[in-house]
Amino acid sequence: MDTQQQQSSIQGAKVLMVGAGGIGCELLKTLALSGFQDIHIIDMDTIEVSNLNRQFLFRRSHVGQSKAKVARDAVLRFRPHINIRSYHANVKNPEFDVDFFKQFDVVLNGLDNLDARRHVNRLCLAADVPLVESGTTGFLGQVTVHVKGKTECYECQTKPAPKTYPVCTITSTPTKFVHCIVWAKDLLFAKLFGDKNQDNDLNVRANNAASSSKETEDVFERAEDEDIDQYGRKIYDHVFGYNIEAALSNEETWKNRRRPRPIYSKEVLPECMSQQNGSTQNCSATDDDSTVSAMPLLGLKNPQELWGLTQNSLVFIEALKLFFAKRKKEIGHLTFDKDDQLAVEFVTAAANIRAESFGIPLHSLFEAKGIAGNIVHAVATTNAIVAGLIVIEAIKVLKKDADKYRMTYCLEHPSRKMLLMPVEPFEPNPACYVCSKTPLVLEINTRKSKLRDLVDKIVTAKLGMNLPLVMHGASLLYEVGDDLDAIMVANYNANLEKSLSELPSPVINGSILTVEDLQQELSCKINVKHREEFDEEKEPEGMVLSGWTQSPATNGESASTSNNENEKAVDVTESSSGPEMASKKRRLSETQPENDKKETENVESDDDELMEIENPVMVSKKKKRVE
Amino acid sequence: MDGEELTEQETALYDRQIRVWGANAQRRLTKSHILVSGIKGTVAEFCKNIVLAGVGSVTLMDDSLVNEEALNANFLIPPDENAYRGKTVAEICCDSLKDFNPMVLVSVEKGDLSARSTEFFEKFDVVVIGYGSLATKKAVNEKCRKLSKRVAFYTVDCRDSCGEIFVDLQDYKYTKKKLEEKVECELNFPSFQEAVSVPWKPIPRRTAKLYFAMRVIEVFEENEGRKHGQCSLLDLPTVLEIKKKLCEANTVSESHVPDSLLERLITGTIEFPPACAIVGGILAQEVIKAVSGKGEPLNNFFYYDAQDGKGVMENISNSFTS
Repeated sequence: MDTQQQQSSIQGAKVLMVGAGGIGCELLKTLALSGFQDIHIIDMDTIEVSNLNRQFLFRRSHVGQSKAKVARDAVLRFRPHINIRSYHANVKNPEFDVDFFKQFDVVLNGLDNLDARRHVNRLCLAADVPLVESGTTGFLGQVTVHVKGKTECYECQTKPAPKTYPVCTITSTPTKFVHCIVWAKDLLFAKLFGDKNQDNDLNVRANNAASSSKETEDVFERAEDEDIDQYGRKIYDHVFGYNIEAALSNEETWKNRRRPRPIYSKEVLPECMSQQNGSTQNCSATDDDSTVSAMPLLGLKNPQELWGLTQNSLVFIEALKLFFAKRKKEIGHLTFDKDDQLAVEFVTAAANIRAESFGIPLHSLFEAKGIAGNIVHAVATTNAIVAGLIVIEAIKVLKKDADKYRMTYCLEHPSRKMLLMPVEPFEPNPACYVCSKTPLVLEINTRKSKLRDLVDKIVTAKLGMNLPLVMHGASLLYEVGDDLDAIMVANYNANLEKSLSELPSPVINGSILTVEDLQQELSCKINVKHREEFDEEKEPEGMVLSGWTQSPATNGESASTSNNENEKAVDVTESSSGPEMASKKRRLSETQPENDKKETENVESDDDELMEIENPVMVSKKKKRVE
Repeated sequence: MDGEELTEQETALYDRQIRVWGANAQRRLTKSHILVSGIKGTVAEFCKNIVLAGVGSVTLMDDSLVNEEALNANFLIPPDENAYRGKTVAEICCDSLKDFNPMVLVSVEKGDLSARSTEFFEKFDVVVIGYGSLATKKAVNEKCRKLSKRVAFYTVDCRDSCGEIFVDLQDYKYTKKKLEEKVECELNFPSFQEAVSVPWKPIPRRTAKLYFAMRVIEVFEENEGRKHGQCSLLDLPTVLEIKKKLCEANTVSESHVPDSLLERLITGTIEFPPACAIVGGILAQEVIKAVSGKGEPLNNFFYYDAQDGKGVMENISNSFTS
């Protein structure tokens, strides 16, 4: 581009990269080629086969190794004299504190989750180090610049939270395939193979307060010598037959909804399947086989193929049998993992049978896996383009060329002829609680809600604090840390169980709480307002935080696979890596870019965020008390 | 469909991109043959991208020997003199590219591209000319157009921190998504000759200046017998003369082509790596689209300039004059 001055500011720069994945590999390569000589890179992940289509610094032989380390080695091969320091660690670790960040001239993010991005944002603000953020999904990408005091911080505009669904939709009235997936993954799979002490809503029926859960609990327990095939059918009949019939008995629910039909195994599957193809009893494989799979035993080869009810049922039973026959030791400890073939088969089958029952279109294993695993579709080209854009912004930052800072959007379809659209960054949001210290308002029932609820739902979840501290005036109500003594810990635990108004320093209407995260150097004030009632449907958490606003739903949900030739309605899942078009305007010198944003995925109208799609923790996180 | 299906290995490797463009598109990619001539930073990026995408084969043509300039923006060349001494750029890049995806056939073709017969190009589905001369680009495009098989034709050129991509897909049918439906579309592309000979006057005002600047540079290099990038500030007077003549011939004012832009293009002979990544990425996306027949293609020029950060599509054809 130009001069000596540019070259020397590049050569003398110390750069931190967070993430050595899709964007990271491209970025490290481009930084090295551009003359950067001191690069640090943090990534906690190891290399997987599915990375290799775009993370080109890695080879098959590297699977299982640290991304940061292998990336470093690969780049040193064509730029042997530069300094690259790799950290195989989580950026949220305490070692990466403000002092750590302060040593860098610029921080470049190549992350894939909102949580880490928020964390890095706060540390950059605290350290007063410019941050270049980025994200890609399929053909879409964006790069944004964040300089404290000059531009918005990453959190000035709130980002869409992961998609969640109301409990009743999942347990009783699904209408979309993704609801069936969540049911299969977070309820059925968890019930059968996961932690038995975890509360599970599988037998919860809408509008039916008294469910005889004790009786039905026993269904899921497998007796010592119970025939696996029989057990499988019993479960099948219970969840797809009996439970549906029980739900149907409640007329109210189905007044305006399509009634599901109960499905029983004997109508779908022939008796005595165990004699047929590859019975697990006849398998000579060892008892402990984590690579076992149902599909080949049933002659199913193509994960893109759509199975019918019969095939799904066969997979359901077979997968269940294989878990008990070959992976018995894991039962009771399993969590769903998208790379666990058998788990994916089971969840696909279960979701499809449920979908069939409710008249929802079925999906292939390939599609189901994508939904259940929150797989972000990704290609090398978008990452390469975005990496180039990041380096260009980084250079501007180093030269302190503030007028030239741009947010750049990489579009799939040209908008006013532009495939790459630069936009001036916005000024900081004066109402941003992260960079502008605006106080927040919390409406809550101070007599009923406990401190634990506030910490979990507000401080950790909504405010994204990692190691929080909660104070009321001079009174320290709660904190997290390594250096706490037993008395303090006991004290805090006791506080968690108290309602707000019963705390040693009572929190009531008009109280002001201070919430801090020392690592992120973020401090927030929360004005507490007591409210008696909350709408169960609309405000299921029993509290409302304002001054922290959800971004509008039209904010570019981009993960819908518009190029998926199968045309199935693959629903949007986590979209934190996708572009977010600024729907609010601020100061722009370019003429306003058209919001050529693609069709936004159907935002659930019953918007209550109750059940996260990606982890099996339910609404009521309480563990059953071990008697 | 047996033998036509993607193997289990391919499905596992390409999982994330199949979720973007679908299994059918992936299948078509694995059967496609790409010819690439002229390898510098941008084309190296392009090659990396299409190899990762899993095309059937990539044939590389570049007999220049590795030198310092080549090492600059081309990460496919390891800076080990023992490794590259005596080898051509194509040969070294071939070895590196194979590594990225063992399922792609990467090979080297020696010799002069413009000397090749028309039949030579029939082997390929896509031809990409990097940093080619005006004469070569014209000649190869004409040969591609003569074939009954449709060969997609691309040129790419990066100077300083700017880039130009040209696309000729002849008569092209493709599908694109409109709302929830798939729509069949057809486009008619002008040849390279036509696209660079379009009279300047009717071309809309807001068209990227790079289009005109590149045409001036093309003429300059042809007149002076220069290779890509074989120029310096000393050539500026000559270049400005050519600009003047072209503007006169087209009855447009000289301000049509900013002098500063021309100066940038002839002094910035080394490619700017971030621009290589961007232009190489866009080019790869276009080739992938053309091979798979999915998605609206670039029609027919793309320009990137890191100075203003815009990446724009321009449609330049004789339709302006009709």
